[in-house]
Amino acid sequence: MSSMSTMDDARRTPTASRLRTESLHAGYEGRPVLADLSIEIPDGSFTVILGPNACGKSTLLRSLVRLIRPTDGSVLLDGASVASIPTKQLARTVGLLPQSSQAPEGITVADLVSRGRHPHQSLLRRWSTDDEDAVARALADTGMTDLASRSVDELSGGQRQRAWIAMALAQQTPLLLLDEPTTFLDIAHQLEVLQLCTRLRRSGRTLVAVLHDLNQALRYATHIVAMRDGEILAQGTPEEVGTAELVERVYGVAARIIDDPETGRPLVIPKAPDPGT
Amino acid sequence: MTTTLHSRARTEARPEARPETRAETRGDTGNTGDGARTRLTARRRDLRTPIVTLVLTITALALAWWGLNSGTSQMTTADTLDALLGRADEGTARVILDWRLPRVVFTLLGGAALAMAGAVFQSMTRNPLGSPDVIGFSTGAYTGALVVAVAGTAGALATPLGAVAGGLGTGAAVYLLARRRGLNGGGLSGMRIIVVGIGVSILLGSVNTYLITTMDLEAAMSVATWGAGSVNDITWTHVVPLTLALAVLGPVMLAHAREMTLMEMGDDAAHGLGVRLERVRLVMFAAGILLVAVVTAAAGPIAFVALVAPQLALRLTRSGSVGLLPAAAMGAALLTGADLLARWEAVPADLPVGVVTLCLGGAYLVWLLTTMGRRTA
Ligand SMILES: Nc1ncnc2c1ncn2[C@@H]1O[C@H](COP(=O)(O)OP(=O)(O)OP(=O)(O)O)[C@@H](O)[C@H]1O
Ligand SMILES: [Mg+2]
Repeated sequence: MSSMSTMDDARRTPTASRLRTESLHAGYEGRPVLADLSIEIPDGSFTVILGPNACGKSTLLRSLVRLIRPTDGSVLLDGASVASIPTKQLARTVGLLPQSSQAPEGITVADLVSRGRHPHQSLLRRWSTDDEDAVARALADTGMTDLASRSVDELSGGQRQRAWIAMALAQQTPLLLLDEPTTFLDIAHQLEVLQLCTRLRRSGRTLVAVLHDLNQALRYATHIVAMRDGEILAQGTPEEVGTAELVERVYGVAARIIDDPETGRPLVIPKAPDPGT
Repeated sequence: MTTTLHSRARTEARPEARPETRAETRGDTGNTGDGARTRLTARRRDLRTPIVTLVLTITALALAWWGLNSGTSQMTTADTLDALLGRADEGTARVILDWRLPRVVFTLLGGAALAMAGAVFQSMTRNPLGSPDVIGFSTGAYTGALVVAVAGTAGALATPLGAVAGGLGTGAAVYLLARRRGLNGGGLSGMRIIVVGIGVSILLGSVNTYLITTMDLEAAMSVATWGAGSVNDITWTHVVPLTLALAVLGPVMLAHAREMTLMEMGDDAAHGLGVRLERVRLVMFAAGILLVAVVTAAAGPIAFVALVAPQLALRLTRSGSVGLLPAAAMGAALLTGADLLARWEAVPADLPVGVVTLCLGGAYLVWLLTTMGRRTA
């Protein structure tokens, strides 16, 4: 238990973390959500944030990109407080796929994805072949090339979600935060997004995603942060975090852990309710 | 409410453009390959918006030319041309250059200014009803003018100043009341700003009514004329400040237009793309309010141009979001056209242009609300 909920300093120090928080407190207008949160996003990791609804996962991501200001503590990027980094510069380093956004009516997929290039543009530097390439690649990576000229509001929920992911990808940031990227997707496209995350990680990027599927998290993540009620219950590797005890503590769900026959990683099997009740 | 923000009639399902290239998933490090595909996403500069803007601008100028040539004193187009070129006799020059020209220039620039302000408010509130009229600015400006009149200091300078102060005060009050603390130091929800604005409007409306009842008849008549919005007495002294304001604020607004458009996707997405939410909001809100203030100070609250022009432009350009330039061109054409209507011989003499725009705007609003209702239903 202590091995998973407290950090093993000796093992952690070597992993650098460009992005981390130090006893972060944050919330909304008189509603504190995050309390004393210290996390590190290991560089080159695929970090998955787990936790029940309303525990503060989205709030944490918002704090990481300083969309909300900490009431106490700080968020550090490359050792500097994110509060001191100009918004546009921050957006060239950390990308965010919000849990929900509105596509302007009538906008095409290609135009939406092109908006991901905004942080790389300025009044003088408008649109270049770099931008063009980034957009084309983001469309290809999400399997949206064929739909590029379609209007976003004529897409299915899953296609729309992939269009938004493509926009975040086009931003080409070394760190990418995805808030529930697999929601609305069918199983094939969920796996595609997770595999895409893995590919992006292998190419050197750092990914953070909020997921609700425990087993997908355990299978694809290299690092897991488990939250409940605005607090961190555990952070570590899937093996460290994937225990029956933790599942119980995070979600209040009794579960059995078996070895995933495919990967050997932990696999969570929720216990069947007592037939007597 | 989930109604679409810039309610544009949904386009019929269009034939799917199917590019030849097949989708394929490729590694992040893979090269992007064939140049044919890169054209696919090219910012095919949509020509529709510039063309619409151009046509509207030409229309506005044509209406302005018409305006220059119409009036009670009989002038030929040759006379007008001579006056513009400085070849006319003194009398003709006075009528054209000192009376008609400032009025026409004012309707062009004022219409553009109001429309740009409206575009800003609609974009920021993500709602086609977000406009300085609806959210209390005009009522506030009227209150300011009335307070000055009641205080007995009404005059060529005091009334506009009172109006501007009233409008700005109302704008600031609505902005502050609608702010939510927490999100990046103050998120602004569109619906909230509109609801707060309407509330403040109603409140100030009753204040206005009360103030008018305290005045003597003559003073009441004079503020009522001003309150209707009229360009009958516009001179170059009104045109100069408006021109200056547009020359300064126009470019500032255009420089922030792209970020404003991104904010229509929601605060989270826009911030993620590097948009300085609070700054864009403040700059755009302040610039919009100032433009309306300058027009209102000169001509009184001219209703509905700010509300209608951006939406009409939006429908013509068929783009997803309100563009500042097409809106400006539409506003110029609309106000110049409305003034022509107001001066038309068939209508009672000296009809304030504000009454015409009110009429057009009311019709538009009814149409908007019915179509909106139908689509949400
Ligand atoms: N904009 C907001 N203003 C005020 N309170 C908010 C806001 N957004 C979220 N909250 C509150 O903050 C708490 C945490 O919300 P958050 O969105 O971070 O949860 P979450 O873990 O992402 O949940 P979910 O899994 O449902 O997305 C909730 O109690 C929520 O009601
Ligand atoms: Mg969330």
